[in-house]
Amino acid sequence: MNYEKMKRLTISFFIHLFLILVSLSCLFPLWWAFASSLKTQETVFNDLSLFPKNPHWENYFYAWTKADFGLYFLNSLFYTAVVVVGVILFSSMAAYAFSRLRFRGKNFLFLVIISTMMIPIPGSFIALYALLTKLRLVDTQLGYILPQINGGLALGIFLLKTFFDDLPKELEDSARIDGCGRFRVYWHIALPLARPAIAVLAIFNILAVWNEFFLSNLILSDKKLMPLQRGLMVFQGAHITQYPLLMAGIVITVLPVLAVYLLLQKHIIKGITAGAVKG
Amino acid sequence: MNLQRIRNFAGNYIFILPAFLLFFTFSLYPYFNMFYLSVTNWDGISSSVTLVGLENFKDIFSDNAVFWLSMKNAGVITFLALTVQNFLALTLAFLCDRDIKGGNIYRVIFYLPPVLSGIVVALIWNWIYDGNYGLLNHFLTMIGLGDLSRAWTSDPKTALFAVAVIHMWKGFGWGFVILLAGLQSIPRELYEAARVDGASGWVVFKNITAPLMIPVFILVSILTILGTMQIFDIIYATTGGGPGYHTEVPITRIYAMMIGSSKFGYACAMGVIFGVVLLIISMVQIRVSKMMRQV
Repeated sequence: MNYEKMKRLTISFFIHLFLILVSLSCLFPLWWAFASSLKTQETVFNDLSLFPKNPHWENYFYAWTKADFGLYFLNSLFYTAVVVVGVILFSSMAAYAFSRLRFRGKNFLFLVIISTMMIPIPGSFIALYALLTKLRLVDTQLGYILPQINGGLALGIFLLKTFFDDLPKELEDSARIDGCGRFRVYWHIALPLARPAIAVLAIFNILAVWNEFFLSNLILSDKKLMPLQRGLMVFQGAHITQYPLLMAGIVITVLPVLAVYLLLQKHIIKGITAGAVKG
Repeated sequence: MNLQRIRNFAGNYIFILPAFLLFFTFSLYPYFNMFYLSVTNWDGISSSVTLVGLENFKDIFSDNAVFWLSMKNAGVITFLALTVQNFLALTLAFLCDRDIKGGNIYRVIFYLPPVLSGIVVALIWNWIYDGNYGLLNHFLTMIGLGDLSRAWTSDPKTALFAVAVIHMWKGFGWGFVILLAGLQSIPRELYEAARVDGASGWVVFKNITAPLMIPVFILVSILTILGTMQIFDIIYATTGGGPGYHTEVPITRIYAMMIGSSKFGYACAMGVIFGVVLLIISMVQIRVSKMMRQV
């Protein structure tokens, strides 16, 4: 009996030891970036402490102002807000139509949209770039926003249509009998009911847009328009040696993601797992 | 046909109009245009476009060793992700499925790297790998293995593996979360019933866990392959494809052909070939998964 207990304790000890080591490997690089952001250019390579004795918080002031991370931050905030609102609005409208309304070619159109989610088409960015050039949208905010709204549509329509399909119709039916038009039923009844699904959709798109780099690298060359990810690369290219400021920029970039993640991690994990295990 | 019905019909289309306007403009049109451009020699600027037939494709197959090398490099990273990363993810999922204390905290921490951007992750790791001030070299010197220290991402011998490690570090938490959800969706009653019947751990694994987990595992594998083959951000922000062509991957090659060499048509042809390769891989995977389900 005692031996059994010892054995179980030992196994449990080693499991936790392993899990803690993996956890540390996840956390350490982030903490390292944070600690380094508080050091000076002179000390950053010699002072390897994880809790700097004289933290130079002013680095954040310089990163925000002189290194333009404040500008990039506001740009990222703007892009994220516009794209997320656009994705939710347009995909919820379409999803509602696919779930509730009748029109010709419905199933075919739905299939076309969903299939783009499954079939990988790398390299279509070249043609996208050509199109944006033709539309004079290269190096503009709109040119960065519209393709990203489009990028979120397939998942959004899929997610919300599934959600609407499972909703009981009675409420909407009675509203229609009371004389509500299609649009009012969608806006006042269906949309508020879809809040849980919209939350999942919003989180995914917030993370996707905030972390987006490829498109911004492809089409934005005006510093005033750049989001954070692009700004980080520009700063790194120009000031390779200014490590503390670069690390401060990284922390500025990561902090909102961290906040969103920690506040809403239950929704995030529910979202990925629901999609994956069901599909 | 009365007016009311037409209005009714048109009204329904308004709901899908914004989505489809965007979709046709920014997805469908570029997709088809990519196929058209792939048989031209367009340079991205001039208004004249000459059709060259399958010239681009011929050249890629016969005379573009770097592109195929980039495919191989991405293949190596993908192989490592499929084996090492997914093995780690699966192990952690099994460990966290055992109702251990703090399971949820581990889950939150493991999923942290996946929510970070490739750029942020790459820039931090750049410092870990740095030849002069890198943490890794510092650590090796500390434990007496200073001879091994090097500039990890610019040494041809280690560059590809160094990049693969970053990618796997960023990715294992994602596989872990999906696999854990798969494990937790297995009804506990099945395990209890098996135990009552006196089944051993191995028998339970073979007859309950494995069959129910295979679809989930295949899904994770397909997504790992598609995601890893198209790796870009991490490469771009660490090695940029170097040293030489040691860490070039398909997307960096296509990108370089387009932006660097202004060969838009040729780059489109590369994209088409790469897309076909990815399609074949995922179709083979789906076929295999169907076969395994029948067994």
